[in-house]
Amino acid sequence: MTDKRERHILITGFGGQGIVMAGDILGKAATLYDHKHATMTQNYGPESRGGACSSQVIISSEEILFPCVEEPEILICMSQEAYMKNVKSLRPEGTLIWDTDLVHTRKADMHHKTFHIPATRFAEQLGTKMMANIVMLGFLSAVEHLVHAETLKKAVLDSVPVATKENNIHAFNTGREYGTSIIKGLVKPEPGKHQD
Amino acid sequence: MVAKEVLTGTHFMNGDEACCEGALSAGCRFFAGYPITPATEIAESMSRRLPQLGGIFIQMEDEIASMAAILGASWGGVKSMTSTSGPGFSLMMENIGLGICTETPCVVCNVQRAGPSTGLPTSVGQGDVMQARWGSHGHYEIIVLAPASPQQMFDMTIRAFNLSEYYRLPVLILADEVVGHMNERVIIPREDEIEIINRRKPSVAREDYLPYEADTDGIAPMANCGDGYRIHVTGLTHDDRGYPAMNAAAQEQMIARLVDKIRNNREKIISTKNLYLDDAEIVVVSYGISARSAMQAVRNARDEGIKAGLIVLETIWPFPEELIRSVAPGAKAMIMAEINGGQLVLELERCACGACPVSLVSNFGGAIIHPNLILNAISKAAKGSI
Repeated sequence: MTDKRERHILITGFGGQGIVMAGDILGKAATLYDHKHATMTQNYGPESRGGACSSQVIISSEEILFPCVEEPEILICMSQEAYMKNVKSLRPEGTLIWDTDLVHTRKADMHHKTFHIPATRFAEQLGTKMMANIVMLGFLSAVEHLVHAETLKKAVLDSVPVATKENNIHAFNTGREYGTSIIKGLVKPEPGKHQD
Repeated sequence: MVAKEVLTGTHFMNGDEACCEGALSAGCRFFAGYPITPATEIAESMSRRLPQLGGIFIQMEDEIASMAAILGASWGGVKSMTSTSGPGFSLMMENIGLGICTETPCVVCNVQRAGPSTGLPTSVGQGDVMQARWGSHGHYEIIVLAPASPQQMFDMTIRAFNLSEYYRLPVLILADEVVGHMNERVIIPREDEIEIINRRKPSVAREDYLPYEADTDGIAPMANCGDGYRIHVTGLTHDDRGYPAMNAAAQEQMIARLVDKIRNNREKIISTKNLYLDDAEIVVVSYGISARSAMQAVRNARDEGIKAGLIVLETIWPFPEELIRSVAPGAKAMIMAEINGGQLVLELERCACGACPVSLVSNFGGAIIHPNLILNAISKAAKGSI
């Protein structure tokens, strides 16, 4: 079946977390290995680290003309600021995904389909928090079907330095396994942190 | 492992990287520049790739020097380019004029951001359209290309080199932040599928060569420094020998040729992509990233039963005057979509010459034009209220 619908994904956080790289990997998987169309655009401020940052990915079986994600169906939040800024844009039927330790959610937003993972903590446990974006991509591949998990893994391998390939695949698998366990009800997710 | 000159294959890369790969595929082996958002990735890619191919990358002290360096490299016989954004483009203006006056092939890519001044460094703009046309002093003709995707960044950078080598002038690429920073599929063909044009070389004996003596089509064969021909390069008005000629007659002769070599070949230079023009009542004209919004709007208008059409300007300058003159009388209205306060719309109005009303959909920069805004303008025009 061909999916003619455009899938709109917004990945948000701050500079230095690999937000743009995560969008690039997702687009790469869709374009090069799943043979779909994809665009990835980015938003950031003049500062390269620490400032708010987002990458907008559209995946479609047809040519994409307008590359902006205005109302994402999947929103990934890797920082509190990004959550506060973007959660209102998420479609009512959309999926909200966040880093358990980095975002305090509001109960009012919990009507969405929600998933969370302590991606940064898992990445730190694997050696470096720089891989939090890859943990998150693995998690995403388990909770939402956008591209094939194997193609996403291939795109991760294409995108990271040779010496870190093994670690990054480990990070991807960690996120994916955590997501799969939650979907299957094998583990109960940690309690999220709420503001109210 | 030997690095490849042409990265044949399918890639997911941004427009800036695609521009770099286009340049390398065209044979560019010298880049001088100063990093600036959102063009930095062109310089960054060049700094990585050029040394692998035996080329030279220099980070200069500023954009004035960068432009001067690529002119020098070109006279040294190497295809050269620089890249920048608004503030740097302003600084390059004088030496772009030097390139035009001395007929020096080279390519300048301006990845536009919102200005004036520092403006919005990381956000889109299309405000340098008139600066690209008239930013250097004096009267001249220029060639400016406007890519709308990373794929076109690749293709048009090759074309920019080909045009610059053939017509002997700096060719400008006016990209924008979204096209530069957007990742999308880029297909790089096999090396033998890429058409490359190199500058015309002298065919006369060394003692008979005059560096600015043009062939019948107005283009003078170019000897590089060190080829053994006598050359003289100056920004002063000059004669066929390249020597200063300080009088009105020499000025008339020189500028007429610089202008005519472009004007007389505009049909070969101008490139547009026309959609549904056969029966279009409302014709949208756009370029760069705005053309993608315009295409979405025109398709949506067709779905609503409105006879809309589209002209995408792949070359902005020379402006497709004849095309507009032929389309305007049959149109109920024409609409320009561009991210500035209304620049190329002036040219559209001039060429439509009152044959139909012309309107503008725009913003001052910072965001892409939403297709719905263009669709609204199309719907209004179809109802006769413009």
